[in-house]
Amino acid sequence: MALLELHQVARTYRAGQPGEVRALPAIDLALAAGEFVAVQGPSGCGKTTLLLIAGGLLAPTAGRVTLVGADPYALSADERAGFRARYLGFVFQQFHLVPYLSVLDNVLAPALAVALPGARERAEELVARFGLHARRRHVPGELSTGERQRTALARALLHRPQLLLADEPTGNLDRENAGLVLDCLVEFARAGGAVLLVSHDAQAVQHADRVMHLARQ
Amino acid sequence: MNIWRLILREIAHRKLNFLLSLLAIAIAVACLVGAWTLLRTAERRTAEVLAQKQRAVETAGAELQEAMRKITLGLGFNLLILPQDQDLNELHLDGGLSRTMPDDYVDRLAQSKIVTVNHLLPSVVKRLTWPEQNLPIILQGTRGEVPILHADPKKPLLDAVPPGKIVLGYQVQQRLKLKPDDKVTLLGREFTVLKSHPERGTADDSTVWIHLAAAQELLGLQNLIHAILALECHCAGERLPAIRQEISGILPGVQVIERGPPALARTEARSRAEATAVQALQQEQASRAQLRRQHERLAAVLVPVVFTGCTLWIGFLAFGNVRERRAEIGILRAIGCRAGQILGLFLGRAALLGLFGALLGYLGGALLGARWSAGGPDAVSPAAWPGLDPGLMAAATGIALLLAVFGSWIPALWAARQDPARVLQEA
Repeated sequence: MALLELHQVARTYRAGQPGEVRALPAIDLALAAGEFVAVQGPSGCGKTTLLLIAGGLLAPTAGRVTLVGADPYALSADERAGFRARYLGFVFQQFHLVPYLSVLDNVLAPALAVALPGARERAEELVARFGLHARRRHVPGELSTGERQRTALARALLHRPQLLLADEPTGNLDRENAGLVLDCLVEFARAGGAVLLVSHDAQAVQHADRVMHLARQ
Repeated sequence: MNIWRLILREIAHRKLNFLLSLLAIAIAVACLVGAWTLLRTAERRTAEVLAQKQRAVETAGAELQEAMRKITLGLGFNLLILPQDQDLNELHLDGGLSRTMPDDYVDRLAQSKIVTVNHLLPSVVKRLTWPEQNLPIILQGTRGEVPILHADPKKPLLDAVPPGKIVLGYQVQQRLKLKPDDKVTLLGREFTVLKSHPERGTADDSTVWIHLAAAQELLGLQNLIHAILALECHCAGERLPAIRQEISGILPGVQVIERGPPALARTEARSRAEATAVQALQQEQASRAQLRRQHERLAAVLVPVVFTGCTLWIGFLAFGNVRERRAEIGILRAIGCRAGQILGLFLGRAALLGLFGALLGYLGGALLGARWSAGGPDAVSPAAWPGLDPGLMAAATGIALLLAVFGSWIPALWAARQDPARVLQEA
């Protein structure tokens, strides 16, 4: 059974009006547990839009989304937030770390949204696993870009999500750090999770089980 | 991780924004507490000043009344009780009296139930030439006032002349150049000068006073008196016949004449003195009340203006805070934080602002109020210092919380309604 299923999902801005923008053409996608799928395409082709729709953050203007057996857009905003907190993890190109929290507190941030027993031990474990133990008290401004992305990745994994959504996670990283992040995503998928990676980086998509191409509209 | 940890970390990270917001709350609370302290101090001081003035007015009024009483004493007496056969022409034309009555009349009158008279003064009076000094004088013998037994004791209007002493009128003293404790002989008997009176402009200036018994003996009038002066009669002119009848019932064979107009003048003067004192007190009260109204009007304008300004200030800073934290809000929403939690994040920060602002504002306002109450920036009035007034502190805290939450409410709502997808796309 697919963890994520997109059926003819599309997103159009100003539909039927002058200046209509088709941000995402109608697409079908199914992603099962243990699968690593990459979506590749040039800038402006709708990769990020696809990721946001898949993550329950942006409602499609057409089509149907099924996430962990449910339609997230049939839920209220707060229910959808709870849904994300339980099942999804996000990694972004810009990291989006909270600037005034330490590495450890940033990793613990998902515990704000949902009760996570043993969250602190899990966070310490992830920090150590990503080689950030010596930096655990540092704030993002004191970290290298690679350390920031590893912190963001640790945060995405804290609550043991079923689906990891990564938007250009290696876009700002050097080859070595990019390799570390991608290896981690592969490992997550091998452990039974599902990964949806959007990227225009050829190296990144090589790690995926399956690649989906999007063309600019 | 919990929301308060996030709030405290954010405050520590963006100190300037928090401190500026804190300043706004503190100013508003300080304004309120300062105004309250000033008004309360002014009210208390007004009460103290009025109480002091009341006491001063009462004292001054009593002194004035006493002075008026003594000054106007020379104007005359209410009633003069004379023997029935005393020719009044002799009194009016010569200022002297020749007929007598028993001196126990005054005791009978004092022991009676008479209520219309406060003071009784028996006397003998004779015009003569002081043989040792070859000086015409009026010799008056008096033993001081005879208390009316059934009435409350009254302060004597005239001091008794002790035996062996002599009191001189102004003209007599001027002529003889006698000083207190000088010895002088009158009708063959030696007296010691007790004092002399200042100029009164009446027959008193040519009078000498000695003890009644001595005067009776020197004038050969043992156990006799010429007149009883009845002072401070509770009477107006129309009551005189009734009083005459009352006195005649007690003392047969006497006549009673009125010395009304001077007594009325004296009463009116005393009443005027009292009225003047009361009027001064009322003017002070009115002046203080007007000052308080002016303070209240100023506070009624100043406090809302400051509150409005501070609320806008807090709102402006809160908007800045939200705008600066949009990316943070976006990621928190993406990882599952609900809109209510985002709202709580900003309102929790506002609540901390309110609590700390209330504390700072209370201390600042109390200090400023106490300084202004003391009249200058370098002094603190201990009496004005409100201390840790629980009611005022609770009010200040409540108002500070309301102000902080009210000022932050719209920015907090704006933060809670941020679309995470849009924020993350824009970032």
